[in-house]
Amino acid sequence: MKNNGNPRIKTADKRLPQQEFVRKTPTGTEGLDEITRGGIPSGRNTLVCGGAGSGKTLFAMKYLCCGAFEYGEPGLCISFEENSEELAQNMASLGYDLSALEKKKVLAIDHVQIARHEFEETGEYDLSGLFVRIEHGIRSIGAKRLVLDTVEVLFTGLPNEAIVRSELRRLFRWLKEQGVTTIITAETGPRGSLTRHGLEEYVADCVILLDHRVSEQVSTRRLRIVKYRGSAHGTNEFPFLLDESGLSVVPITSVGLTHQASTDRVSSGIPGLDRMLGGKGFFRNSSILISGTAGTGKSSFAAHFANAAAERGERCLYFAFEESPSQILRNMRSVGLDLEQWMDRGLLRIEASRPTSTGLEGHLARMHRDISAFKPVIVVVDPITNLVSIGDSPAVKSMLTRLIDFLKMKNITAMFTNLTVKGMVEETSVGISSLMDTWILLREMDILVRDVSASAPERQRAIHLLKSRGMAHSRKMEPFEITDSGIHMLFLDGRQRNMAQGSESRWARKRAR
Amino acid sequence: MKKKRTSKSGGVRARSSRNGNGETKPSVKRADEPMEWELRLYVAGNTPNSIAAFSNLQQICEKHMGGRYRIEIVDLFENPQLARGDQIIAVPTLVRRLPTPIKKIIGDLSNTERVLVGLDLKPARSFAARR
Repeated sequence: MKNNGNPRIKTADKRLPQQEFVRKTPTGTEGLDEITRGGIPSGRNTLVCGGAGSGKTLFAMKYLCCGAFEYGEPGLCISFEENSEELAQNMASLGYDLSALEKKKVLAIDHVQIARHEFEETGEYDLSGLFVRIEHGIRSIGAKRLVLDTVEVLFTGLPNEAIVRSELRRLFRWLKEQGVTTIITAETGPRGSLTRHGLEEYVADCVILLDHRVSEQVSTRRLRIVKYRGSAHGTNEFPFLLDESGLSVVPITSVGLTHQASTDRVSSGIPGLDRMLGGKGFFRNSSILISGTAGTGKSSFAAHFANAAAERGERCLYFAFEESPSQILRNMRSVGLDLEQWMDRGLLRIEASRPTSTGLEGHLARMHRDISAFKPVIVVVDPITNLVSIGDSPAVKSMLTRLIDFLKMKNITAMFTNLTVKGMVEETSVGISSLMDTWILLREMDILVRDVSASAPERQRAIHLLKSRGMAHSRKMEPFEITDSGIHMLFLDGRQRNMAQGSESRWARKRAR
Repeated sequence: MKKKRTSKSGGVRARSSRNGNGETKPSVKRADEPMEWELRLYVAGNTPNSIAAFSNLQQICEKHMGGRYRIEIVDLFENPQLARGDQIIAVPTLVRRLPTPIKKIIGDLSNTERVLVGLDLKPARSFAARR
């Protein structure tokens, strides 16, 4: 952590030792280093505990691989459970070639096999053999990072628990003198205890808990820093994702409101709407919410926005929670938008998934990853409403806060659509409008707009700019139509508006260009 | 090469020297006195446990193996790379390399009864079903 230059903080530093005094070793797990302000404590022991299948080994191995690849720090893995081949197979699925690292002498794996039935215990002993092996491993490659995965096997492997206990205590103390930063993994015990054998009593510097829980058939992985001696850290539960690209933690809004506000404008893709937005469109790097009842054209607005981005040569990532990519392409073709060409050119990507496919955090983590990989300038989420079906409102709001913060940090302009229920038009179902810079409401007008050429009156869709921070914008409710050549605003002149408000009148249609 | 000890050699100063490759030379049976027992005792330095283990082992061997044995002492401080081969974590560990199968006995060998069971010199009552 660097001091940000605030003089008040500086004086505090002089009096109190701050987290800057604990040297830290980055773990390579995305997001975790941010939460811990730099990583796990260097030269000390960190306990990573979690239930079966919570990703402990993966976490630990990622730590070693990251050290070897990115920081030039060789790593030693003392594996009590899996042998080198098994570990190599597991890590190959994440794109790490352990045997190549072993050949380069930046990684060593020592598989410690303990089979209780092989042992006959006949009196006093200690675990110096294990110490010797660790020390030898460290010396042979000059290891800076060490993983003991899962040291608790000793408890079941050796008959005398008292000896194992005292020897582990000695081991953890000894490790601190070896100049290595150690991760010790352990399985969580029953009834909420951190580890089955109380290892947390010995490893006191840093404890990280990996949790995997299922709520309403949706599984969510969470990570929490239980303890971090001598350092400030995020204490919340952070969602994390475990998939083919490894483990990534999604920090919530730890960074705060520090993003730069842009004065650049970006077109909505609809000239009439741009005109309503002070003639120039949305601010870049802002968040836009489009609310409306069913069938008011929310997705079409979003598609216009995406289309305009692609026309400018900007990348757009479209998260669809309701329709499949091909369905979106077909529907948008009917309003004159050929989105497929942008997909072919790599300017548009549609990521479709069912909201219920994973938990909110899973979605958030996935979106994080997709955004980091595709590096879009524009992001569309269509619609966010469906996410409500898998979480309660506060959870959805917190997830969106995190997402919006992340997008703003990345200078991405984001458009969200939101389905509202008739009768509560101005209440967005998740109360998220306060997070948004621009809020557009689409509604069915109560008035009748009659086409001069048509004989029957038609119900008219209308757009209303409820808010748009930092710009002069139209406050009028403007009717629009969706044709096979796209969305067109129908600006009414003063007389027409009066007539509209009189609601019995007829008016001519005027097409905005 | 590690110092090989026979039953006649006394003391437990685990002297050893490295030959560079750290491999154990396969034991060569002498024609006149066939080695039925090949034992290896792993220790880590000259600790009370090590000394106790060696003297206990000598006594047991003298009494039950009648000269047809060989004890090899491996000091892991001197030859740490050898810990991996026999999967040693606890010391002292006695490994019965011959006759097969390999057996491991951990501790200072003070419980003679259990050493004999572990070396298959005495049938285990409680473990009889397993053997």
